[in-house]
Amino acid sequence: MAVALKRSLAVLVKSLGGPKWWQQASRSVSISASLSRVESPPARADATFKVTMLPGDGVGPELMTAVKDVFKAGDVPVEFDEFHLSEVQNMASEDKLEELLSSMKNNKVAIKGKIHTPMEFKGELASYEMRLRRKLDLFANVVHVNSLPGYSTRHNNLDLVIIREQTEGEYSSLEHESVPGVIECLKIITRAKSRRIAKFAFDYATKKGRNKVTAVHKANIMKLGDGLFLQCCAEVAQLYPKIKYENIIIDNCCMQLVQNPYQFDVLVMPNLYGNIIDNLAAGLVGGAGVVPGESYSAEYAVFETGARHPFAQAVGRNIANPTAMLLSAANMLRHLNLEYHSHMVSDAVKRVIKQGKVRTRDLGGYCTTGDFVHAVVENLRHRPNY
Amino acid sequence: MYNKLGLHDYGRHTVTLIPGDGIGPELLNHVREVFRFSCVPVDFEVVHVNSALETDDDMNNAITAIRRNGVALKGNIETKHTLPASVKSRNNVLRTSLDLYANVMHCQSLPGVQTRHKNIDIMIIRENTEGEYSSLEHESVSGVVESLKIITRNNSLRIAEYAFQLARDKGRRRVTAVHKANIMKLGDGLFLQCCKEVASGYPDITFDSMIVDNTTMQLVSKPQQFDVMVMPNLYGNVVSNVCAGLVGGPGLVPGANYGRDYAVFETATRNTGKSIAGRNIANPTALLLASCMMLDHLELNDHATSIRNAVLTTMNETRLHTADIGGQGTTLEVVQSIMRIIQSKGQLTSEF
Repeated sequence: MAVALKRSLAVLVKSLGGPKWWQQASRSVSISASLSRVESPPARADATFKVTMLPGDGVGPELMTAVKDVFKAGDVPVEFDEFHLSEVQNMASEDKLEELLSSMKNNKVAIKGKIHTPMEFKGELASYEMRLRRKLDLFANVVHVNSLPGYSTRHNNLDLVIIREQTEGEYSSLEHESVPGVIECLKIITRAKSRRIAKFAFDYATKKGRNKVTAVHKANIMKLGDGLFLQCCAEVAQLYPKIKYENIIIDNCCMQLVQNPYQFDVLVMPNLYGNIIDNLAAGLVGGAGVVPGESYSAEYAVFETGARHPFAQAVGRNIANPTAMLLSAANMLRHLNLEYHSHMVSDAVKRVIKQGKVRTRDLGGYCTTGDFVHAVVENLRHRPNY
Repeated sequence: MYNKLGLHDYGRHTVTLIPGDGIGPELLNHVREVFRFSCVPVDFEVVHVNSALETDDDMNNAITAIRRNGVALKGNIETKHTLPASVKSRNNVLRTSLDLYANVMHCQSLPGVQTRHKNIDIMIIRENTEGEYSSLEHESVSGVVESLKIITRNNSLRIAEYAFQLARDKGRRRVTAVHKANIMKLGDGLFLQCCKEVASGYPDITFDSMIVDNTTMQLVSKPQQFDVMVMPNLYGNVVSNVCAGLVGGPGLVPGANYGRDYAVFETATRNTGKSIAGRNIANPTALLLASCMMLDHLELNDHATSIRNAVLTTMNETRLHTADIGGQGTTLEVVQSIMRIIQSKGQLTSEF
C-alpha cells in the first residue's frame, strides 16, 4: 500500500511539473506522515532526516549550537552530519571538501554558516565557499527580507524576495596581472545561466503568488554583459504573462530601496549586485542577524543566513543574534516537508521577537545568544495545541 | 589647479554648458537665469550633444570646448539601449577623454528636508575612469560575454592621494576605503594596498577599510559613522546613490568631476529624469548647488555663497518643496524664491 501511495505521489508531483528541487530525496519515511495535515505532528518520530551541517567560521558554530538546542527541545526529527571546513583556521583541504560533497550527495540538504575568505592572496583565487557553490552548482540564492513583527525599523511591513545568480558574474575568480601595476578582472555572463536564473525567479514568483519581478542591471555601462542578462530576463518574462516584469539600473535601485522599498516585490540580478542589495535590504529590516536565506541547485538546497558575515568580533562573546539562522532552519524544515515543526520553530522565534523582552545586542537589547535560545525553547513548550 | 585659458580680459569666465537630455536643458536654463540675475561674471558656451546619433562628432565638439574653457556644467546625456553596443556611453567618454579621475560628492542632511536619517555628512570620492566602466567587453563564445574590470596601480594611487589631500584640506578625520578584496583578491587587493600606502603618508588621518556589502548595510542603519569614503568606480556608483537616497533624493545632491586640468560639474546621481522633463516639477537644487561648486572652483566665492545660501533658505520652506521631496511646488516657484532671496540680501542684481 505504501508503495502504491508513493507511486501516486510521484505521479502527482510530476504532473504538477514542479521544478526538480522541490522533489524530496527518497527516504524510508511513512507516506502517511508526509500527507498528514499541517497542524499535527508526524505519525512516526523515529524516521529522522539527515542534514549536512557546516558551522563555518566566526559565530557560525555558536549559531549552529543554537539551532541544535532548539531542535532538540522541539523533538525535531533531524540528525546533523557535521563538517568543519575553514580556510582561515587552516582546516581546509581538498579531501575535506570531497567528504563534504559526498555527504551532500546523500543528504541533499545542508545548513551552513559562512566560511570566511581570507583577504590576502595565498595562491588560490577562488575561495572554498565559491568552490563549494560551483561544485554543487548552487546557482540561485534566495533571500527573504521580511520585517519582523514587533521590531520596528525605519521601514515597516517590508516583504521582498531577492534572487541572485550565484555562480558566475563578477565572482568568476579570473584575475591576472597582464602588465605590472595593471590588473584585469573578468566578469562572465552567459546566456544559459542568465536564462536559468530568470526562469527560477519567475517560477518562484508564480509558486509564491508574487506579482512583479524586477531585474537589476547596469546595462548602460556593461552593454554586452548586463545587456545579455536583461535580454534573457525579457525572453523568459514573455512566458509568464501574469507576472509583471520591469528592470531598473543598480544605482537607481539602491536609491529607491532607501527611499521607497515598497515598490519592489521580487528582484533578480547577477552576482555582485545581489551581494550589495542583499546586505542593503538586510540593513533595512534590522541587520544581518534577522534575515534568512537559502541557495538552490537542481538537486541540493543549502540553508544559511541572508547576509553572510562571519562576524569574527563576536566570537566567544555570546552576543550573536540567532534569529536568522533559526528562521533559516525553519525554512529547511519546510523544505523537508516537516511543516508542523517548521511552524513551531518560526512561530516561537517570532513570538520572542514580538514580546520584545529578550533581544540581542543588534536589536537594541542586552541579552546573550543563550538567553534568546532559552526564550525560544520556552515558547516552543508553550505552543498552542491545534 | 585649473586651466586659466578661460579667463577673458574683463574678468569674465567662459564655461562650457552641455544641456544633455531629460530635465537637463530646463534646469540649466534656470541656472543661467539665476546667474544673469545675480550678475555673475560667467558666460556660457552652449554645446549640444544629440544622444540619438551614432557618430562621435557632437561629443568631440563638446570635449574640445571643455579643453578650451577648462570648466563645464552639464546635464546627463542619455545612453540609448537601442543603439549598438559599440556606441559607448557618452558621459563615460567625456570622463575618460578629459581624464576626470575624481568624482566628489558631498552628502549632507539638509535641515528643511524630512528624511529617516539625520545628521549625515559624508564625502564620497569615487575613481571615475577605470574599474568596471572600462567598456571592454566581448562575446568570445556565442552566449558567453566577458567584461573586463581594470584596476591599475597609478590610478589607484592617484585617487587615494586625492582623497587624503581633500580630507586634510577640509579638516576631516577619517577615510574609509570600500572594496571587495575577499572576492576580487588581485584587483581590489591592489586598490586597497595603494590606499594603505598613501595612508601611511598622512598620519593625522585615520584610515580603515570596509567591504562593500557591509558598507551598504551600515549606511542604511547607521550612516553617521562615515566621514570620507574612497572607492573604485562601480562601488562608488552604488554608494553615492544610497547616500543620495538617505539625504532626500537625486534632486538635492551636487557632484563634481575633477581632473588635473579640467573640472566638470553636474548632479551627483546623473539622472536624465526623462519622465519628469518639461513638466515644471523637477528639483533645481542639485544643479544650482553644482553651479555654486563651479563658482567656488572659479574662485568667485561671494557669488557662490550668496546663491548657496538662497538655495538652502528656500529648502527650509516646505511649501516650496518639489514633488521628489514630498511637496507640491513647481520648479519655477523655487527658482523665483531663490532670486527673491538673493535680491533681498542687497547684492547687485539685474532686472527680475
